[in-house]
Amino acid sequence: MSEPLVVEAVDLRKQYDGTHALRGLSFAVPAGSICGFLGRNGAGKTTTIKVLLGMTRASSGQARVFGLASDDANAGVEIRRRTGFVSDEKDLYDYMTVADIIRFTASFYPRWRADLEQHYIRRFELPLYRVVKALSRGMRTRVAVLLALCRGAELLVLDEPTSGLDPAAAEDVLQTIVSHVAAEQATVFFSTHQIAEVDQIADRVVIIDSGRAVVSGALDDVRARFRRVQLVFEGEAPDVTAAAFRSPGIERIDRRGRVLTVLSSAGVEAVVEEARSLNPVSVDVVPVTLKEIFLESVKVEN
Amino acid sequence: MLFRTNPSSGVPIYLQLMEQVKHAIETGALKPGDQLPGIRPLAEELVMNPNTVAKAYRELEHEGVIELRHGAGAFVAGQARGRKVTEAIRAGQGIVATAVERLRARGVSDEEIRRLFEAELAGLAKAARSGGLGE
Repeated sequence: MSEPLVVEAVDLRKQYDGTHALRGLSFAVPAGSICGFLGRNGAGKTTTIKVLLGMTRASSGQARVFGLASDDANAGVEIRRRTGFVSDEKDLYDYMTVADIIRFTASFYPRWRADLEQHYIRRFELPLYRVVKALSRGMRTRVAVLLALCRGAELLVLDEPTSGLDPAAAEDVLQTIVSHVAAEQATVFFSTHQIAEVDQIADRVVIIDSGRAVVSGALDDVRARFRRVQLVFEGEAPDVTAAAFRSPGIERIDRRGRVLTVLSSAGVEAVVEEARSLNPVSVDVVPVTLKEIFLESVKVEN
Repeated sequence: MLFRTNPSSGVPIYLQLMEQVKHAIETGALKPGDQLPGIRPLAEELVMNPNTVAKAYRELEHEGVIELRHGAGAFVAGQARGRKVTEAIRAGQGIVATAVERLRARGVSDEEIRRLFEAELAGLAKAARSGGLGE
């Protein structure tokens, strides 16, 4: 990928008294991509986002956004100025009206986009004179998204932007992200529990488990790399372990009766070549969905 | 024109989109010179990543299926090449139809036929047949 990196994490570690939230997390997000950030609860997603935005410091390792070191106080301010951030809690000032909070936020950003503001107010049908406290969850999210998109940000960091939304509202948020990226050349880094959303709009993915990136890269590459190879034998399948395979990228081997299933994360050619020496009666290759990749990756690590 | 990608099929989305554009040309839904939807409107309509649409278009251009005219958009490529491809594919359909018919006659299920095709395309059957020889 020749695009410059907007987000870069190198061997990030973070300890809170005794617990290791991040244990050597590395990944990169090139400019112009939409990167989905997947992980179970407690995998370290929110910690990662806080470290990237300079809201907390890593114990060791390097986090860079726009090439700026996140742990430098001045750089942190600049990173946050150039980033549209929607937090997990969609925390907004409850006592303000929608119109107030838009004016208030706009005053901090010299590159505020009044044209986009008008566009999203109409599109989201926002009740301008209602106080934030009285908004539904969906409306609250829309306000938070508007505030993030209108500041002329080069990077959008969205922590579970669709959590708690009904499917129609979630689709609306996704579509907004897609159009924004297409029109404004922004980069998006969003965490979610909805694997289907990553499948749908992302072109890159990072799967984090126990503070480490277990899968990371271009989604098409990841999809193409992961394959399940199913070997059927005349009698009982041989008892081979993942360690017995010389081919790289053997993630998992399942043995059930006459069937041996090999999950590979490095294509199939080497695996098939090697599997042949076991004399199976048939060899099948099945694509693996992102959901399966996710479940397998977080399972292996645990 | 209706494109529908299925993100959870395990097949890269840009490949799905490429196939659907080619299919639309095959069936005549798209004709040489026809304009394809722009990257942004298509990404918005399908709620998919604009980079993915761009990648599909680039690959289609590389294969000579479409032409990207700077500033004007994407167009289905000229007739000569399209027809050649069409004829080859039409002939291929016949071959595949015969093969599928024969396999069905032998009691092989559609699902098994699909897997056989996929395995063949992935070069597996070949690798499995060739043994240790010659590779």
